[in-house]
Amino acid sequence: MTREWLLTDAPQTRRQARLGALYQGWLTFRANRLAVLGLVILVLLLLIAAFAPWISPQNPFAQDLADRLKPPSAQHWLGTDALGRDILSRLIHGSRVTLFIVGTVALIAPVIGLFIGTVAGFAGGWVDQVLMRVTDIFLAFPKLILALAFVAALGPSIANAVLALAVTSWPAYARLARAETLTIRNADYIAAARLQGAGPLRLLIGHIWPLCVSSLIVRVALDMAGIILSAAGLGFLGLGAQPPTPEWGAMISDGRTYILDFWWVAAMPGMAIFVVSLAFNFLGDGLRDVLDPKGGRE
Amino acid sequence: MALTDTTGSHRVARLRRRARSVGGLALSLALTLLGLLLVTFIIGRVMPIDPVLKVVGERATQAQYDAAYQAMGLDRPLWEQFLRYMGDVLRGDFGRSISTGHPVIDDLRRVFPATVELASLGTLIGVFVGVPLGVIAAARRGGWLDQIARVVALVGYSMPIFWLGLMGLLLFYGILGWVGGPGRQGIIYDGMVPPVTGMILVDSLIAGDWGSFRDAFSHIILPASLLGYFSLAYISRMTRSFMLEQLSAEYITTARVKGLSERRVIWGHAFRNILVPLITVIALSFGSLLEGSVLTEIVFSWPGIGQYITKALLSGDMNAVLGGTVLIGTCFVGLNLLSDILYRLLDPRAK
Repeated sequence: MTREWLLTDAPQTRRQARLGALYQGWLTFRANRLAVLGLVILVLLLLIAAFAPWISPQNPFAQDLADRLKPPSAQHWLGTDALGRDILSRLIHGSRVTLFIVGTVALIAPVIGLFIGTVAGFAGGWVDQVLMRVTDIFLAFPKLILALAFVAALGPSIANAVLALAVTSWPAYARLARAETLTIRNADYIAAARLQGAGPLRLLIGHIWPLCVSSLIVRVALDMAGIILSAAGLGFLGLGAQPPTPEWGAMISDGRTYILDFWWVAAMPGMAIFVVSLAFNFLGDGLRDVLDPKGGRE
Repeated sequence: MALTDTTGSHRVARLRRRARSVGGLALSLALTLLGLLLVTFIIGRVMPIDPVLKVVGERATQAQYDAAYQAMGLDRPLWEQFLRYMGDVLRGDFGRSISTGHPVIDDLRRVFPATVELASLGTLIGVFVGVPLGVIAAARRGGWLDQIARVVALVGYSMPIFWLGLMGLLLFYGILGWVGGPGRQGIIYDGMVPPVTGMILVDSLIAGDWGSFRDAFSHIILPASLLGYFSLAYISRMTRSFMLEQLSAEYITTARVKGLSERRVIWGHAFRNILVPLITVIALSFGSLLEGSVLTEIVFSWPGIGQYITKALLSGDMNAVLGGTVLIGTCFVGLNLLSDILYRLLDPRAK
């Protein structure tokens, strides 16, 4: 496969056209250096999460009270926490929790939004009115407070944190999906598919959803950082993962008491959150260039 | 004569349109608030903690339990309970807080001014730094200030607010000693100023107590700057994109061709035209600071509504949680509506 074959203006096969489009996208993406940096960081994070038990230097749960609150050293690269646990190992294992929460929210919320938004936009009439009214109501709420109340009612756990974040973040996707649907709905190719006898369900799933997906992906990538921060906030308040699970937000909360004397306990997990959400912001910016050319750069 | 007639009917039509749009706003406000109450009601119902048990205690007999169950109206159908809940909330009755023992509304009245004080100062900082930053970034697009503004905003979008707060405490309080520590006031000044508005900065000015004012200021400045940073990240980005839109318009070219100075073009022409959308942005940012103050208040032990809700959460005090949620939600919705109305009033193009 050569470069010319990928970049040709007259692809011979579907496969060639598809691969060519992918390659074009990659070229656009690659031009944004920060986006590439974000991608590299996130791939590293995925690898770290996947191989956490093998690469973490120590057991993240092993307490050693004789070694508590030790500053960074050769033995504990990032120091130890109040129970003498190795902070680096806890950060490495915590990446799994973070990725799990962010990944599930990023799967659930856009799917709910896609479903509600496209149905509303495609059906129109009172269905649209009712669905969008509900969406607006949810959009008007303060998200974090609502998530707090949800978790409080359901009891603190990772699963409930995911649920609360998903319940509070779908409306934006519904709005977006509806707007996309409205522009697609009256396109000629939809009319053509309808004339061929496609039912509403087939039109929706086969012809409308695929076109909404790319703008949703961009939006999700840009929202990822926000989801991470909200999840960490819930963890910080003690409403996410429960001890001894090494969740980054909860680790900051553990270090809060010792901030003035043993700063590294709170500082390290915060750095991890910052780096990851910055990487997601970079990546989202690059994806927007590729997938949403009409949005354009500011 | 005919002419005045048409303008007259025009005016009537316009008034009618405006009335209809105000009516639409009122309707959507009512629906949103209804939704807010419905959601909080449902959250209150799915709570696994038994509210009756909280009232009668663990050792109550079955008869006492049943009596309390009926007295609380829990045997009525759900819709009837909801109507009663709605009526209570509309009268400002959120029930009694289990942890403080006071009616929730009294607690809210006590803690809310602290949050408003913090969020207002934060918004002020966000506006006074963010707006000029955004304008200059747009005027010198691609220049070094534009790059800085971009990084500042990006970092603001990626940083956990509670973590930055802790680091700020470490640096400015622990190491440098420039600011007061957690809390609203030092022990010496605590409760010295008679509360009028509940905002200590204002109250100490009213009382003419400079020592108290200085102490309160040294405590509020760090959390307020923190909130201000997040608000300026948002405000400066929005200002920049509004300005870029204006600066590419033809009237700007005209102004430049006329030979106006760049300063007049930017501040006198372009900036004046972004004031209306900017007001919307500032109102929204104030709303999000009210919400964002939850985490900040925990870090700085600030006795505001965020800390109140969180403490109530952890002790399963649902009345207090829901009361606080309704209050913040209402402010949020109210600010949205306010910015909407201002937009319609100030911008003649808005329909």
